[in-house]
Amino acid sequence: MLAAIGVGSLAEIFERQIPESVRLGRELDLPTGLGEQDVYEHLRSLAARNTSTEDELSFLGAGMYDHYVPALIDMLMERSEFLTPYTPYQPEISQGGLQVMFEYQTAICELTGLPVSNASVYEGPSAVAAAAYLAKLHNGARRIVASAGLHPHSLQTLRTNAHGFGMEVVEVPLREGVTDADAWAAAIDDNTSASIFAQPNFYGAIEDADALSAAAKASTWGPSPIGNGGSGARPPVGGAGPVGGANPVVIAQVDPITLGILRPPGECGVDVAVGEGQSLGNRLDFGGPSFGLFAAREEYLRRMPGRIAGETVDVDGRRGFVLTLQTREQHIRREKATSNICTSQALNALAGVVYLSWLGRRGIVELGELLLARTHYARERLAALAGVEKLHEQPVIREFALHLDADVAAVKRRCASQGVNPGVDVHALSGREDDRGVLLVAITERRTRAHIDRLADVLGAAIAAERGAAVAA
Amino acid sequence: MAQDSYPADLLYHPEHDWARIDADDPALATLGITWYAQDALGEVVFFDPPPVGTVLAKDSPYAEVESVKAVSDVVAPLSGEIVAVNESLTDNPGTINEDPYGEGWLVKVRLSDPAERDVLLDAAAYRATLAA
Repeated sequence: MLAAIGVGSLAEIFERQIPESVRLGRELDLPTGLGEQDVYEHLRSLAARNTSTEDELSFLGAGMYDHYVPALIDMLMERSEFLTPYTPYQPEISQGGLQVMFEYQTAICELTGLPVSNASVYEGPSAVAAAAYLAKLHNGARRIVASAGLHPHSLQTLRTNAHGFGMEVVEVPLREGVTDADAWAAAIDDNTSASIFAQPNFYGAIEDADALSAAAKASTWGPSPIGNGGSGARPPVGGAGPVGGANPVVIAQVDPITLGILRPPGECGVDVAVGEGQSLGNRLDFGGPSFGLFAAREEYLRRMPGRIAGETVDVDGRRGFVLTLQTREQHIRREKATSNICTSQALNALAGVVYLSWLGRRGIVELGELLLARTHYARERLAALAGVEKLHEQPVIREFALHLDADVAAVKRRCASQGVNPGVDVHALSGREDDRGVLLVAITERRTRAHIDRLADVLGAAIAAERGAAVAA
Repeated sequence: MAQDSYPADLLYHPEHDWARIDADDPALATLGITWYAQDALGEVVFFDPPPVGTVLAKDSPYAEVESVKAVSDVVAPLSGEIVAVNESLTDNPGTINEDPYGEGWLVKVRLSDPAERDVLLDAAAYRATLAA
C-alpha cells in the first residue's frame, strides 16, 4: 500500500503531514505494564472505594433511580447480536435489531399517548434541548418558556443549546411546589417557540399538565404550516395553508415509570414528550449510559431528531424493518439536519423495551400504584420528624422534597455512618440559594416499608444530633 | 418522465428551477423544478407547499423537496407572492418526477418585479450549464 501511494514508510506519512512544531518527538511517559492479576487487584481496590446502592440503603434520585433490573435483561443484552453492532444502516443484516427498535417505539407511543416516537436519543436533558430545537424548526420563533420545575440539568442543557441556536430561555418560577400558573400564562407570547415543563417536576410534585398546555395554546399566535420552506421563516400572519401544530409547541419532560398511573402526556395537550429512560431496565451505572425517549404528534414527524425504525415489505412481500426518514439526519442533511445524533443508545433502549415487556401492561400500573402508596407513606413518616417539613403539599408519586432545619451535608454524613443515604442534597446539585436545606428523597419498589422506617429513625437521629451540635456550638 | 427535456417556452434558473410566465398576465408565473433536478433527486416522497401569501425572494429557497435519499431546497427564480399552491402533490409527490413541467408544478406567484425575468436562462443556455 505504501508503494501504491509513493511513500517509503509509515513514519514518512506522519513526517509529511504533521508539522514538526507540534510533534512530541519522544516516547509517551507511561509506566510499565502490569500482568493481568496485578491489574485485577488494582482495579478492585479502586472499585472498593465506591459505595453503591448494594452497599448502603439509598434514597438517592433526582433523575436516575434504583429500580430492580431483572436478570432477563442482562441475559438478552449480552447476546452478541445485540451487544456488538453499532447502528443498523444495513437492514439486510439488522432485522432483529430494527424490529426491537420498532417495538420500542411502539411501547413509547403507547405510554405517552403520542403517535410517533424515535428509536431513542441519548438521555433526558439533551432530549429537552432537542425538543426545543424541533420547535424552532417548526415555527422559527426565538423564545423558550421553561418551568423552574425542570431538572436543573435539563435547564442547563437547554440554555447551552439555546445559546447555540440563537434562542432565549425564560424561566417561570414555582409557586407552592408547582409551576406558577399566572406567571406561565403571562410569559407566553406570540414570540414563544416552545413552552416546557416537567411531569412530575424536579421536587416530586405532580403538575396540572392539562392547564399548562391549555394556557400555552391560548396565547395569541396560531397554526404553523408544516414545511415552511425549511428556512424556518415565520408564516404570514393569518395565512391559510395546511394545518400544522398550533403554537407554541408544548413540551413535557416525563418520567416513564409514572406513565402507567399518570395520564399520558398526549391526552393532556402535550405536543412533544421527552424523558430520561434509565428507570426502565437500566441500572444506575454511575450515571450512565442510559437513553432518552422522544415522542410527538404526527405533524412534527419530519422535524424529529434521532433514528426512526419503520415497517415495510421486501421485494417478496414479506414484512421487514428499515431505518426511515433518514433525510432528516446529519449524514444526509448536514447542517440542516434535525440533530447531530450519531452514536447509538440502542442497547439501553433494548433494556428499556425488554423491561416494559417483562413488567407488562398490568405490571406498570401496579408498580405505579405501589410507588404512589409507598412514597406517600415515606413523606408522612419523615415530615412527622422534628426539624423536617414538606417543601410543598402537592401530590407526589415517586419522589418528594423536604426542608431540613439542619445542614443537609452534615446530616447526610451522619446518616452515611449508619449505612443510610437519605437522598439528594439539592443545593449541592443546583447551586440555587432557595434550595439550601432541601433534601430530595426518592422511593423505588426496592425500598420496603421496613427500609423507610429505618430511614425515618436514622434521619431523625441525625437531624437531632446536628441541631444539638448547632445549639452547643 | 424518462427522457430529459427542457421546454422552449420556459425560463430557467441555474439552481434547476423553471418559471412559466402566464400568457395573459405578465405579472403571474408558475414555478417548478426541472427534469435535471427531479432526476438527480430520485423518487420524490414528500412535498409540502408553503402557504398562500408567502413572499418569495429571487435566488432564495422557499420550499423543500424530499426524496428517498435527500432533501433539497427549492430556489425561487423570481420574486413575488404565492397566490396558489399545488395541493395534489401532498398525496402524490411522485407527480414531480412524472410531469415536472405540467401536473408537477409547485406554486403560482404574483411577481413583484417582472423585469427579473431578463436575467433568467432560456432552454439552450440552461442545457449548456448542465453540460459544463
